[in-house]
Amino acid sequence: MRATVLVRPKEGILDPQGEAVEASLRQLGFSVGQARIGRLVELDVDADDPDAARSEVERMCGQLLANPLIESYEIELHENGPA
Amino acid sequence: MTSPQPRIGVLQFPGSNDDHDAAWALAALDADAVLVWHAETELPDLDAVVLPGGFSYGDYLRCGAIARFSPAMSAVKEFARDGGLVLGICNGFQILCEAGLLPGVLRPNESLAFTCRDVCVQVERANTPFTARCTPGQELVIPVKNGEGCWFAPDDLVEKLEADNQIVLRYTEPVNGSVNDVAGVINEQGNVLGLMPHPEHAVDPLLGSADGAFILASLVDAAHARTLATV
Repeated sequence: MRATVLVRPKEGILDPQGEAVEASLRQLGFSVGQARIGRLVELDVDADDPDAARSEVERMCGQLLANPLIESYEIELHENGPA
Repeated sequence: MTSPQPRIGVLQFPGSNDDHDAAWALAALDADAVLVWHAETELPDLDAVVLPGGFSYGDYLRCGAIARFSPAMSAVKEFARDGGLVLGICNGFQILCEAGLLPGVLRPNESLAFTCRDVCVQVERANTPFTARCTPGQELVIPVKNGEGCWFAPDDLVEKLEADNQIVLRYTEPVNGSVNDVAGVINEQGNVLGLMPHPEHAVDPLLGSADGAFILASLVDAAHARTLATV
């Protein structure tokens, strides 16, 4: 099973990368606000059903993929491999 | 007859680059510095451990996040749990935070710039094995060189650390966006310290400052006391 993990800077956490990108976009003439930059991790998970896959990826997030002090994460599962 | 030199291990991760500087500085301060490869599952007989600066594992994912799973880190955790002295410098500080041995996390500098210059830090506490040669309030000039030196912890944790006097070193002016200008934090038990400035780069006036020796010589003293205790 394929999983996509979206790791985001938590609400309220300063994101200097996002601020720099936001300022650049404005400079280019785009009207944007609140750009935030996170990370995307794609994984093949060796699990038979979505529940097992999700709990496996949850454990990965807790131990390595995200730091709970500053990051939140969201897990998307794709049964038929990546789109 | 001279008393035995304390034995201080300096860990080497793939991407460490201040390991030899740390070993050199410790040796200059009369310690027996030994390099320990990260793949070792056991530490040799040591009186203290230093996690040096660098870019372990290319700072992939988050700085320090991968190195914390090195085999030697399990041994370091055990060493720390038994009261062993552990000093983390820069990347070493980042690894200790990711490993849960120190509170908080190091984030990209507020300026997004790699900061490489001498900074002034104030010693908040001199009653630690890492600052015993200092006086409280003493200001030390020690260089920083990092892209991710912005220490962060949630408000309630910061409040607790301040109340428990776990902030040992503080920048005298904002450097990288660290909460409360924190430059160095100690664990609750008082045997693990992490700091972003590099004391090993400031142990001789020829290097621009010798103030880093206050920190490293304190560690050597404390390690030496442990050597004597076990001889």
